[in-house]
Amino acid sequence: MSTPSRYWREIPQRYRLEANRCAPCNLTLFPPRLICPECHNRDLEKTRLAERGKLLTYTIIRVPPSQFRDQAPYAVGIVELEDGVRLTGQIVDCGFEDIKIGMPVKTEFRKLYQEGQSGILCYGYKFVPE
Amino acid sequence: MRDVAVIGVGMTKWGELWEQSLRDIYVETALLALDDAGIDRIDSMYVGSMSSGLFVGQEHIASLLADYLGQAPVPATRVETACASGGLAFRLGFMEVACGMSDMVLVSGIEKMTDVGGDAATYALGSAADQEYEGYQGITFPGLYALIARAHMEKYGTTREQLAMVAVKNHANGSKNPLAQFPFEVTVEGVINSVKVADPLRILDCSPITDGAAAAILCSVETARKLGKPIIQIIGSGHATDTIALSQRKDMTWLKATYEAGQQAYTMADKKPEDIDLFEVHDCFTIAEICITEALGIFEKGQGGPAVEKGTTSLTGKIPVNPSGGLKSKGHPVGATGIAQVVEIVKQLRGEAGERQVAEARTGLTQNMGGSGGSSVVHILERK
Repeated sequence: MSTPSRYWREIPQRYRLEANRCAPCNLTLFPPRLICPECHNRDLEKTRLAERGKLLTYTIIRVPPSQFRDQAPYAVGIVELEDGVRLTGQIVDCGFEDIKIGMPVKTEFRKLYQEGQSGILCYGYKFVPE
Repeated sequence: MRDVAVIGVGMTKWGELWEQSLRDIYVETALLALDDAGIDRIDSMYVGSMSSGLFVGQEHIASLLADYLGQAPVPATRVETACASGGLAFRLGFMEVACGMSDMVLVSGIEKMTDVGGDAATYALGSAADQEYEGYQGITFPGLYALIARAHMEKYGTTREQLAMVAVKNHANGSKNPLAQFPFEVTVEGVINSVKVADPLRILDCSPITDGAAAAILCSVETARKLGKPIIQIIGSGHATDTIALSQRKDMTWLKATYEAGQQAYTMADKKPEDIDLFEVHDCFTIAEICITEALGIFEKGQGGPAVEKGTTSLTGKIPVNPSGGLKSKGHPVGATGIAQVVEIVKQLRGEAGERQVAEARTGLTQNMGGSGGSSVVHILERK
Protein backbone atom coordinates (compact mmCIF):
# COMPACT_ATOMS: atom_id res chain seq x y z
CA MET A 1 0.00 0.00 0.00
CA SER A 2 1.30 3.46 -0.90
CA THR A 3 1.86 6.28 1.61
CA PRO A 4 -0.96 8.89 1.85
CA SER A 5 1.17 11.41 -0.05
CA ARG A 6 0.52 9.56 -3.30
CA TYR A 7 -3.18 10.10 -2.67
CA TRP A 8 -3.33 13.67 -1.37
CA ARG A 9 -1.13 15.12 -4.10
CA GLU A 10 -3.85 14.21 -6.61
CA ILE A 11 -6.65 15.84 -4.57
CA PRO A 12 -6.75 19.20 -6.44
CA GLN A 13 -7.60 17.49 -9.72
CA ARG A 14 -9.64 14.56 -8.39
CA TYR A 15 -11.79 16.52 -5.89
CA ARG A 16 -11.89 19.99 -7.39
CA LEU A 17 -11.38 19.05 -11.06
CA GLU A 18 -8.50 21.52 -11.39
CA ALA A 19 -7.01 21.51 -14.86
CA ASN A 20 -4.84 23.84 -16.86
CA ARG A 21 -5.20 25.55 -20.17
CA CYS A 22 -3.00 26.39 -23.11
CA ALA A 23 -4.45 29.68 -24.42
CA PRO A 24 -2.66 29.68 -27.84
CA CYS A 25 -3.98 26.14 -28.55
CA ASN A 26 -7.38 26.79 -26.91
CA LEU A 27 -6.80 23.44 -25.20
CA THR A 28 -7.79 22.33 -21.69
CA LEU A 29 -5.33 19.84 -20.22
CA PHE A 30 -6.40 17.25 -17.64
CA PRO A 31 -4.70 15.96 -15.61
CA PRO A 32 -2.70 19.19 -15.36
CA ARG A 33 0.63 19.19 -17.21
CA LEU A 34 3.77 21.33 -17.10
CA ILE A 35 4.02 21.69 -20.88
CA CYS A 36 1.45 21.73 -23.69
CA PRO A 37 1.86 18.52 -25.74
CA GLU A 38 0.77 20.35 -28.91
CA CYS A 39 2.85 23.59 -28.93
CA HIS A 40 5.29 23.11 -25.99
CA ASN A 41 3.99 26.28 -24.32
CA ARG A 42 4.96 26.24 -20.62
CA ASP A 43 2.95 29.30 -19.62
CA LEU A 44 -0.27 27.45 -18.79
CA GLU A 45 -3.25 28.96 -16.94
CA LYS A 46 -5.25 27.30 -14.17
CA THR A 47 -8.82 26.41 -14.93
CA ARG A 48 -11.62 24.08 -13.81
CA LEU A 49 -13.10 21.28 -15.86
CA ALA A 50 -16.53 21.55 -17.45
CA GLU A 51 -19.06 19.49 -15.50
CA ARG A 52 -21.17 18.28 -18.39
CA GLY A 53 -20.40 16.09 -21.36
CA LYS A 54 -21.46 13.14 -23.47
CA LEU A 55 -20.59 9.45 -23.37
CA LEU A 56 -18.23 8.27 -26.13
CA THR A 57 -17.87 4.57 -25.26
CA TYR A 58 -18.46 2.26 -22.28
CA THR A 59 -18.03 -1.24 -20.91
CA ILE A 60 -19.39 -3.30 -18.03
CA ILE A 61 -16.56 -4.59 -15.85
CA ARG A 62 -17.38 -8.16 -14.74
CA VAL A 63 -13.88 -9.13 -13.55
CA PRO A 64 -12.71 -6.19 -11.40
CA PRO A 65 -9.43 -5.28 -9.70
CA SER A 66 -9.49 -6.54 -6.09
CA GLN A 67 -10.26 -3.13 -4.53
CA PHE A 68 -13.44 -2.86 -6.67
CA ARG A 69 -14.62 -6.44 -6.04
CA ASP A 70 -17.63 -5.48 -3.90
CA GLN A 71 -18.93 -3.15 -6.64
CA ALA A 72 -18.85 -5.49 -9.69
CA PRO A 73 -20.43 -5.59 -12.14
CA TYR A 74 -20.14 -1.85 -12.80
CA ALA A 75 -20.05 0.40 -15.86
CA VAL A 76 -17.01 2.43 -16.91
CA GLY A 77 -16.96 4.84 -19.83
CA ILE A 78 -15.04 7.61 -21.52
CA VAL A 79 -16.82 10.98 -21.55
CA GLU A 80 -16.02 14.06 -23.62
CA LEU A 81 -16.71 17.16 -21.51
CA GLU A 82 -17.96 20.43 -22.99
CA ASP A 83 -14.40 21.82 -22.86
CA GLY A 84 -13.13 18.94 -25.01
CA VAL A 85 -11.40 17.06 -22.17
CA ARG A 86 -11.95 13.28 -22.15
CA LEU A 87 -12.16 11.38 -18.87
CA THR A 88 -12.40 7.73 -17.88
CA GLY A 89 -14.79 6.98 -15.03
CA GLN A 90 -17.68 4.94 -13.69
CA ILE A 91 -21.23 5.54 -14.92
CA VAL A 92 -23.64 5.30 -11.99
CA ASP A 93 -27.26 5.86 -10.88
CA CYS A 94 -28.72 4.05 -13.91
CA GLY A 95 -29.31 0.51 -15.20
CA PHE A 96 -26.81 -0.95 -17.65
CA GLU A 97 -29.58 -1.14 -20.25
CA ASP A 98 -30.07 2.66 -20.02
CA ILE A 99 -26.48 3.43 -21.02
CA LYS A 100 -26.23 4.69 -24.59
CA ILE A 101 -23.32 6.16 -26.56
CA GLY A 102 -23.90 9.89 -26.99
CA MET A 103 -26.03 10.29 -23.86
CA PRO A 104 -25.51 13.47 -21.78
CA VAL A 105 -23.85 13.03 -18.37
CA LYS A 106 -22.48 15.23 -15.60
CA THR A 107 -19.60 14.59 -13.22
CA GLU A 108 -20.35 14.09 -9.50
CA PHE A 109 -18.05 13.75 -6.50
CA ARG A 110 -18.27 10.18 -5.19
CA LYS A 111 -16.43 7.55 -3.16
CA LEU A 112 -14.54 5.20 -5.52
CA TYR A 113 -13.15 2.52 -3.18
CA GLN A 114 -11.34 2.05 0.09
CA GLU A 115 -7.88 0.69 0.70
CA GLY A 116 -8.77 -2.22 2.99
CA GLN A 117 -10.31 -2.05 6.50
CA SER A 118 -8.07 0.71 7.84
CA GLY A 119 -6.74 2.42 4.72
CA ILE A 120 -7.65 5.56 2.81
CA LEU A 121 -11.19 6.18 1.57
CA CYS A 122 -10.58 7.07 -2.04
CA TYR A 123 -12.80 9.71 -3.65
CA GLY A 124 -13.08 11.23 -7.08
CA TYR A 125 -15.49 11.84 -9.95
CA LYS A 126 -18.12 9.55 -11.47
CA PHE A 127 -20.59 10.13 -14.29
CA VAL A 128 -24.35 10.44 -13.74
CA PRO A 129 -26.85 10.51 -16.66
CA GLU A 130 -28.75 13.80 -17.03
CA MET B 1 24.77 1.10 -40.95
CA ARG B 2 25.54 -2.61 -41.37
CA ASP B 3 23.03 -5.17 -42.59
CA VAL B 4 21.81 -7.41 -39.76
CA ALA B 5 20.54 -11.01 -39.87
CA VAL B 6 18.75 -13.36 -37.48
CA ILE B 7 20.80 -16.58 -37.41
CA GLY B 8 19.20 -18.47 -34.54
CA VAL B 9 15.86 -18.67 -32.76
CA GLY B 10 14.57 -20.53 -29.71
CA MET B 11 11.24 -21.11 -28.03
CA THR B 12 9.89 -23.87 -25.75
CA LYS B 13 6.30 -25.01 -25.11
CA TRP B 14 4.39 -22.18 -23.43
CA GLY B 15 1.78 -22.53 -20.69
CA GLU B 16 1.49 -22.75 -16.92
CA LEU B 17 5.02 -23.98 -16.21
CA TRP B 18 4.71 -24.79 -12.49
CA GLU B 19 7.97 -26.73 -12.30
CA GLN B 20 10.16 -24.03 -13.88
CA SER B 21 11.41 -20.76 -12.44
CA LEU B 22 12.06 -17.57 -14.39
CA ARG B 23 15.75 -18.42 -14.75
CA ASP B 24 15.05 -22.06 -15.74
CA ILE B 25 12.69 -21.01 -18.54
CA TYR B 26 15.10 -18.36 -19.74
CA VAL B 27 18.22 -20.54 -19.91
CA GLU B 28 16.44 -23.43 -21.63
CA THR B 29 15.08 -21.06 -24.30
CA ALA B 30 18.29 -19.07 -24.82
CA LEU B 31 20.30 -22.28 -25.24
CA LEU B 32 17.94 -23.36 -28.02
CA ALA B 33 18.68 -20.10 -29.84
CA LEU B 34 22.47 -20.41 -29.32
CA ASP B 35 22.36 -24.02 -30.59
CA ASP B 36 20.22 -23.02 -33.56
CA ALA B 37 22.83 -20.38 -34.47
CA GLY B 38 25.68 -22.81 -33.78
CA ILE B 39 27.51 -20.43 -31.42
CA ASP B 40 28.32 -20.38 -27.72
CA ARG B 41 29.65 -16.87 -27.11
CA ILE B 42 27.87 -13.53 -27.48
CA ASP B 43 29.04 -9.92 -27.21
CA SER B 44 25.95 -8.52 -25.53
CA MET B 45 22.38 -9.41 -24.56
CA TYR B 46 18.99 -7.74 -24.15
CA VAL B 47 16.08 -9.12 -22.11
CA GLY B 48 12.54 -7.81 -22.57
CA SER B 49 10.44 -8.21 -19.42
CA MET B 50 7.40 -6.17 -18.52
CA SER B 51 7.29 -6.76 -14.79
CA SER B 52 9.55 -9.40 -13.26
CA GLY B 53 9.35 -7.23 -10.13
CA LEU B 54 5.59 -7.60 -9.70
CA PHE B 55 5.34 -11.16 -11.09
CA VAL B 56 8.26 -12.80 -9.23
CA GLY B 57 9.65 -10.03 -7.00
CA GLN B 58 12.92 -10.01 -8.92
CA GLU B 59 14.48 -6.99 -10.58
CA HIS B 60 18.04 -6.83 -11.95
CA ILE B 61 17.24 -9.85 -14.11
CA ALA B 62 19.52 -9.01 -17.04
CA SER B 63 22.63 -9.72 -14.93
CA LEU B 64 20.98 -12.70 -13.24
CA LEU B 65 20.13 -14.29 -16.58
CA ALA B 66 23.55 -13.51 -18.12
CA ASP B 67 25.12 -15.28 -15.15
CA TYR B 68 22.86 -18.38 -15.31
CA LEU B 69 23.39 -18.59 -19.07
CA GLY B 70 27.15 -18.70 -18.45
CA GLN B 71 27.70 -15.45 -20.36
CA ALA B 72 28.75 -13.01 -17.60
CA PRO B 73 30.56 -10.61 -17.81
CA VAL B 74 28.95 -9.62 -21.15
CA PRO B 75 26.82 -6.46 -20.93
CA ALA B 76 23.18 -7.38 -20.32
CA THR B 77 20.28 -4.91 -20.52
CA ARG B 78 16.70 -5.28 -19.36
CA VAL B 79 14.19 -3.49 -21.58
CA GLU B 80 10.68 -2.45 -20.53
CA THR B 81 7.86 -0.92 -22.53
CA ALA B 82 4.98 -2.99 -21.14
CA CYS B 83 3.82 -5.78 -23.49
CA ALA B 84 6.14 -4.47 -26.24
CA SER B 85 9.28 -5.11 -24.16
CA GLY B 86 10.36 -8.08 -26.30
CA GLY B 87 9.92 -6.20 -29.56
CA LEU B 88 11.96 -3.31 -28.20
CA ALA B 89 14.73 -5.68 -26.99
CA PHE B 90 14.88 -6.95 -30.59
CA ARG B 91 15.13 -3.40 -31.97
CA LEU B 92 17.92 -2.42 -29.54
CA GLY B 93 19.90 -5.55 -30.42
CA PHE B 94 19.41 -4.75 -34.10
CA MET B 95 20.69 -1.19 -33.55
CA GLU B 96 23.73 -2.43 -31.60
CA VAL B 97 24.78 -4.82 -34.37
CA ALA B 98 23.89 -2.34 -37.14
CA CYS B 99 26.10 0.39 -35.67
CA GLY B 100 29.01 -2.00 -35.23
CA MET B 101 29.33 -1.84 -31.42
CA SER B 102 28.72 -5.63 -31.21
CA ASP B 103 28.78 -8.43 -33.71
CA MET B 104 26.83 -11.18 -31.94
CA VAL B 105 23.84 -10.24 -29.77
CA LEU B 106 21.29 -12.39 -27.94
CA VAL B 107 17.86 -10.74 -27.82
CA SER B 108 15.14 -12.31 -25.74
CA GLY B 109 11.92 -11.81 -23.84
CA ILE B 110 10.49 -13.54 -20.80
CA GLU B 111 7.61 -13.40 -18.36
CA LYS B 112 6.92 -15.81 -15.50
CA MET B 113 3.31 -14.90 -14.68
CA THR B 114 1.93 -17.81 -12.65
CA ASP B 115 4.03 -17.39 -9.49
CA VAL B 116 1.35 -14.91 -8.34
CA GLY B 117 -2.43 -15.34 -8.06
CA GLY B 118 -5.06 -13.79 -10.32
CA ASP B 119 -5.44 -10.52 -8.37
CA ALA B 120 -1.72 -9.86 -8.36
CA ALA B 121 -1.43 -10.71 -12.06
CA THR B 122 -4.34 -8.35 -12.86
CA TYR B 123 -2.59 -5.63 -10.84
CA ALA B 124 0.73 -6.16 -12.61
CA LEU B 125 -0.87 -6.04 -16.07
CA GLY B 126 -2.92 -3.00 -15.03
CA SER B 127 0.28 -1.10 -14.34
CA ALA B 128 0.70 -0.75 -18.14
CA ALA B 129 -2.28 1.65 -18.04
CA ASP B 130 -2.32 5.12 -16.43
CA GLN B 131 -2.57 4.07 -12.78
CA GLU B 132 -3.69 7.50 -11.50
CA TYR B 133 -6.40 8.25 -14.10
CA GLU B 134 -7.47 4.87 -15.51
CA GLY B 135 -6.71 2.21 -12.88
CA TYR B 136 -7.92 4.51 -10.10
CA GLN B 137 -11.38 4.64 -11.72
CA GLY B 138 -11.78 0.84 -11.74
CA ILE B 139 -10.95 0.07 -15.36
CA THR B 140 -9.06 -3.14 -16.21
CA PHE B 141 -7.01 -4.08 -19.25
CA PRO B 142 -9.79 -6.08 -20.89
CA GLY B 143 -11.97 -3.09 -19.97
CA LEU B 144 -9.80 -0.68 -21.97
CA TYR B 145 -9.93 -2.91 -25.04
CA ALA B 146 -13.68 -3.26 -24.51
CA LEU B 147 -13.93 0.55 -24.71
CA ILE B 148 -12.00 0.42 -28.00
CA ALA B 149 -14.22 -2.43 -29.26
CA ARG B 150 -17.46 -0.59 -28.47
CA ALA B 151 -16.15 2.59 -30.14
CA HIS B 152 -15.06 0.61 -33.23
CA MET B 153 -18.45 -1.11 -33.45
CA GLU B 154 -20.22 2.24 -33.14
CA LYS B 155 -18.03 4.03 -35.70
CA TYR B 156 -17.58 1.32 -38.33
CA GLY B 157 -20.30 -1.25 -37.69
CA THR B 158 -17.84 -3.96 -36.69
CA THR B 159 -19.87 -6.89 -35.37
CA ARG B 160 -19.66 -9.10 -32.30
CA GLU B 161 -19.28 -12.07 -34.66
CA GLN B 162 -16.32 -10.48 -36.47
CA LEU B 163 -14.50 -10.10 -33.14
CA ALA B 164 -15.14 -13.80 -32.46
CA MET B 165 -13.80 -14.73 -35.90
CA VAL B 166 -10.37 -13.38 -34.94
CA ALA B 167 -10.27 -15.87 -32.06
CA VAL B 168 -11.59 -18.68 -34.27
CA LYS B 169 -8.91 -18.01 -36.92
CA ASN B 170 -6.05 -17.70 -34.45
CA HIS B 171 -7.02 -20.84 -32.53
CA ALA B 172 -7.27 -22.73 -35.84
CA ASN B 173 -3.69 -21.62 -36.60
CA GLY B 174 -2.52 -22.33 -33.06
CA SER B 175 -3.92 -25.87 -33.24
CA LYS B 176 -1.10 -26.46 -35.74
CA ASN B 177 1.56 -25.02 -33.40
CA PRO B 178 2.99 -27.62 -30.97
CA LEU B 179 4.42 -24.84 -28.74
CA ALA B 180 1.06 -23.06 -28.26
CA GLN B 181 -0.47 -22.88 -24.78
CA PHE B 182 -4.01 -23.53 -26.07
CA PRO B 183 -3.63 -25.53 -29.30
CA PHE B 184 -7.34 -26.21 -29.76
CA GLU B 185 -10.02 -24.84 -32.03
CA VAL B 186 -12.95 -22.68 -30.93
CA THR B 187 -16.20 -21.72 -32.68
CA VAL B 188 -17.94 -18.37 -33.13
CA GLU B 189 -20.79 -19.61 -30.88
CA GLY B 190 -18.25 -20.78 -28.30
CA VAL B 191 -16.59 -17.36 -28.18
CA ILE B 192 -19.77 -15.26 -28.02
CA ASN B 193 -21.23 -17.48 -25.30
CA SER B 194 -18.07 -17.68 -23.17
CA VAL B 195 -17.87 -15.96 -19.78
CA LYS B 196 -18.27 -12.16 -19.84
CA VAL B 197 -15.17 -10.23 -18.81
CA ALA B 198 -15.81 -6.62 -19.91
CA ASP B 199 -18.75 -6.18 -22.30
CA PRO B 200 -18.62 -6.70 -25.24
CA LEU B 201 -15.50 -8.83 -24.63
CA ARG B 202 -15.73 -12.41 -23.36
CA ILE B 203 -13.01 -14.64 -21.96
CA LEU B 204 -12.32 -16.17 -25.40
CA ASP B 205 -11.66 -12.66 -26.78
CA CYS B 206 -8.74 -12.35 -24.35
CA SER B 207 -5.16 -13.66 -24.50
CA PRO B 208 -4.24 -15.82 -21.48
CA ILE B 209 -1.82 -15.63 -18.54
CA THR B 210 1.29 -17.53 -19.66
CA ASP B 211 4.79 -18.49 -18.59
CA GLY B 212 7.32 -18.50 -21.39
CA ALA B 213 10.33 -17.05 -23.14
CA ALA B 214 11.65 -16.62 -26.66
CA ALA B 215 15.13 -15.81 -27.95
CA ALA B 216 16.95 -14.87 -31.14
CA ILE B 217 20.59 -14.40 -32.15
CA LEU B 218 21.49 -11.37 -34.27
CA CYS B 219 24.73 -10.75 -36.14
CA SER B 220 25.94 -8.85 -39.18
CA VAL B 221 24.97 -10.33 -42.54
CA GLU B 222 28.70 -10.57 -43.28
CA THR B 223 29.24 -12.81 -40.23
CA ALA B 224 26.12 -14.83 -41.04
CA ARG B 225 27.55 -15.59 -44.50
CA LYS B 226 30.91 -16.66 -42.99
CA LEU B 227 29.01 -19.03 -40.68
CA GLY B 228 27.12 -20.44 -43.68
CA LYS B 229 23.70 -19.54 -42.26
CA PRO B 230 20.54 -18.87 -44.28
CA ILE B 231 20.18 -15.09 -44.41
CA ILE B 232 17.02 -13.79 -42.74
CA GLN B 233 17.70 -10.06 -42.80
CA ILE B 234 16.06 -7.33 -40.71
CA ILE B 235 15.18 -4.85 -43.44
CA GLY B 236 12.87 -2.51 -41.52
CA SER B 237 12.45 -1.34 -37.92
CA GLY B 238 10.07 1.15 -36.33
CA HIS B 239 9.14 2.22 -32.79
CA ALA B 240 6.67 4.88 -31.68
CA THR B 241 4.68 6.08 -28.67
CA ASP B 242 1.20 7.45 -27.97
CA THR B 243 -0.66 8.55 -24.82
CA ILE B 244 -0.87 5.57 -22.46
CA ALA B 245 -4.29 6.78 -21.25
CA LEU B 246 -6.84 5.71 -23.88
CA SER B 247 -9.11 8.67 -23.09
CA GLN B 248 -6.44 11.17 -24.16
CA ARG B 249 -6.41 9.99 -27.79
CA LYS B 250 -8.31 11.96 -30.42
CA ASP B 251 -9.59 8.73 -32.00
CA MET B 252 -9.86 5.72 -29.69
CA THR B 253 -10.20 3.31 -32.62
CA TRP B 254 -6.91 4.41 -34.24
CA LEU B 255 -3.60 2.97 -33.00
CA LYS B 256 -1.41 5.92 -33.85
CA ALA B 257 1.82 4.48 -32.40
CA THR B 258 1.32 1.36 -34.53
CA TYR B 259 0.68 3.48 -37.62
CA GLU B 260 3.85 5.53 -36.97
CA ALA B 261 6.04 2.49 -36.21
CA GLY B 262 4.68 0.76 -39.31
CA GLN B 263 5.44 3.75 -41.53
CA GLN B 264 9.02 3.90 -40.20
CA ALA B 265 9.55 0.19 -40.90
CA TYR B 266 7.97 0.30 -44.37
CA THR B 267 10.12 3.32 -45.29
CA MET B 268 13.37 1.74 -44.07
CA ALA B 269 12.54 -1.50 -45.90
CA ASP B 270 11.22 0.30 -49.00
CA LYS B 271 8.12 -1.91 -48.84
CA LYS B 272 4.37 -1.40 -48.89
CA PRO B 273 1.84 -3.47 -46.95
CA GLU B 274 1.01 -5.42 -50.13
CA ASP B 275 4.67 -6.54 -50.41
CA ILE B 276 4.44 -8.46 -47.11
CA ASP B 277 3.63 -12.18 -47.30
CA LEU B 278 2.61 -12.71 -43.67
CA PHE B 279 2.05 -10.75 -40.46
CA GLU B 280 2.50 -11.59 -36.78
CA VAL B 281 0.58 -8.94 -34.80
CA HIS B 282 -0.32 -8.21 -31.19
CA ASP B 283 -3.80 -9.75 -30.76
CA CYS B 284 -3.89 -9.39 -26.96
CA PHE B 285 -7.67 -9.05 -27.48
CA THR B 286 -9.64 -9.85 -30.64
CA ILE B 287 -10.41 -6.17 -31.29
CA ALA B 288 -6.67 -5.38 -31.16
CA GLU B 289 -5.95 -7.48 -34.26
CA ILE B 290 -8.70 -5.68 -36.18
CA CYS B 291 -7.38 -2.22 -35.22
CA ILE B 292 -3.76 -3.23 -35.92
CA THR B 293 -4.49 -4.50 -39.43
CA GLU B 294 -6.01 -1.08 -40.13
CA ALA B 295 -3.15 0.91 -38.51
CA LEU B 296 -0.55 -1.08 -40.48
CA GLY B 297 -2.34 -0.13 -43.69
CA ILE B 298 -3.24 -3.72 -44.61
CA PHE B 299 -6.90 -2.66 -44.73
CA GLU B 300 -8.69 0.68 -44.85
CA LYS B 301 -10.04 2.12 -41.59
CA GLY B 302 -13.10 0.10 -40.55
CA GLN B 303 -12.33 -2.80 -42.91
CA GLY B 304 -10.44 -4.99 -40.39
CA GLY B 305 -13.63 -6.75 -39.27
CA PRO B 306 -15.01 -7.52 -42.75
CA ALA B 307 -11.53 -8.78 -43.81
CA VAL B 308 -11.57 -11.41 -41.05
CA GLU B 309 -15.11 -12.40 -42.00
CA LYS B 310 -14.10 -12.88 -45.65
CA GLY B 311 -11.18 -15.10 -44.61
CA THR B 312 -8.59 -12.71 -46.08
CA THR B 313 -6.38 -13.06 -42.99
CA SER B 314 -6.71 -16.82 -42.51
CA LEU B 315 -3.75 -19.17 -43.01
CA THR B 316 -4.78 -19.95 -46.59
CA GLY B 317 -6.14 -16.45 -47.25
CA LYS B 318 -4.50 -13.74 -49.33
CA ILE B 319 -2.86 -12.06 -46.31
CA PRO B 320 -2.19 -14.51 -43.45
CA VAL B 321 -2.23 -12.77 -40.04
CA ASN B 322 -0.93 -14.61 -36.98
CA PRO B 323 -0.10 -18.01 -38.50
CA SER B 324 1.50 -18.95 -35.13
CA GLY B 325 -1.89 -18.75 -33.40
CA GLY B 326 -1.14 -15.25 -32.12
CA LEU B 327 -1.22 -14.22 -28.50
CA LYS B 328 -4.72 -15.62 -28.34
CA SER B 329 -3.84 -19.33 -28.81
CA LYS B 330 -0.04 -19.42 -28.47
CA GLY B 331 -0.18 -17.56 -25.14
CA HIS B 332 1.04 -14.14 -23.99
CA PRO B 333 3.95 -14.10 -21.52
CA VAL B 334 3.99 -10.35 -22.00
CA GLY B 335 7.72 -9.58 -22.28
CA ALA B 336 8.34 -12.65 -24.48
CA THR B 337 5.66 -11.99 -27.09
CA GLY B 338 7.61 -9.60 -29.33
CA ILE B 339 10.48 -12.08 -29.70
CA ALA B 340 8.11 -15.03 -30.24
CA GLN B 341 6.65 -13.14 -33.22
CA VAL B 342 10.18 -12.97 -34.69
CA VAL B 343 10.69 -16.69 -34.00
CA GLU B 344 7.55 -17.47 -36.02
CA ILE B 345 8.51 -15.22 -38.95
CA VAL B 346 12.04 -16.71 -39.07
CA LYS B 347 10.63 -20.27 -39.07
CA GLN B 348 8.16 -19.32 -41.80
CA LEU B 349 10.84 -17.65 -43.97
CA ARG B 350 13.11 -20.69 -43.56
CA GLY B 351 10.22 -22.98 -44.55
CA GLU B 352 10.28 -24.73 -41.15
CA ALA B 353 6.74 -23.94 -39.96
CA GLY B 354 5.32 -27.42 -40.56
CA GLU B 355 1.54 -27.71 -40.88
CA ARG B 356 1.06 -23.94 -40.61
CA GLN B 357 3.66 -23.05 -43.29
CA VAL B 358 2.60 -20.11 -45.47
CA ALA B 359 3.41 -21.00 -49.09
CA GLU B 360 6.31 -19.08 -50.65
CA ALA B 361 6.83 -16.84 -47.61
CA ARG B 362 9.69 -14.47 -48.32
CA THR B 363 8.90 -11.26 -46.40
CA GLY B 364 7.24 -11.09 -42.97
CA LEU B 365 6.27 -8.34 -40.52
CA THR B 366 6.04 -8.34 -36.72
CA GLN B 367 4.04 -5.81 -34.67
CA ASN B 368 4.31 -5.77 -30.86
CA MET B 369 2.29 -3.34 -28.73
CA GLY B 370 2.39 -2.06 -25.15
CA GLY B 371 -0.65 -1.30 -22.98
CA SER B 372 -3.75 -0.13 -24.85
CA GLY B 373 -1.48 1.10 -27.67
CA GLY B 374 0.86 3.55 -25.89
CA SER B 375 3.88 1.93 -27.53
CA SER B 376 4.37 -0.12 -30.65
CA VAL B 377 7.34 -1.81 -32.32
CA VAL B 378 7.35 -3.07 -35.92
CA HIS B 379 9.96 -5.11 -37.80
CA ILE B 380 10.15 -6.42 -41.34
CA LEU B 381 12.27 -9.50 -42.08
CA GLU B 382 13.18 -10.92 -45.46
CA ARG B 383 14.86 -14.08 -46.71
CA LYS B 384 17.79 -13.16 -48.94
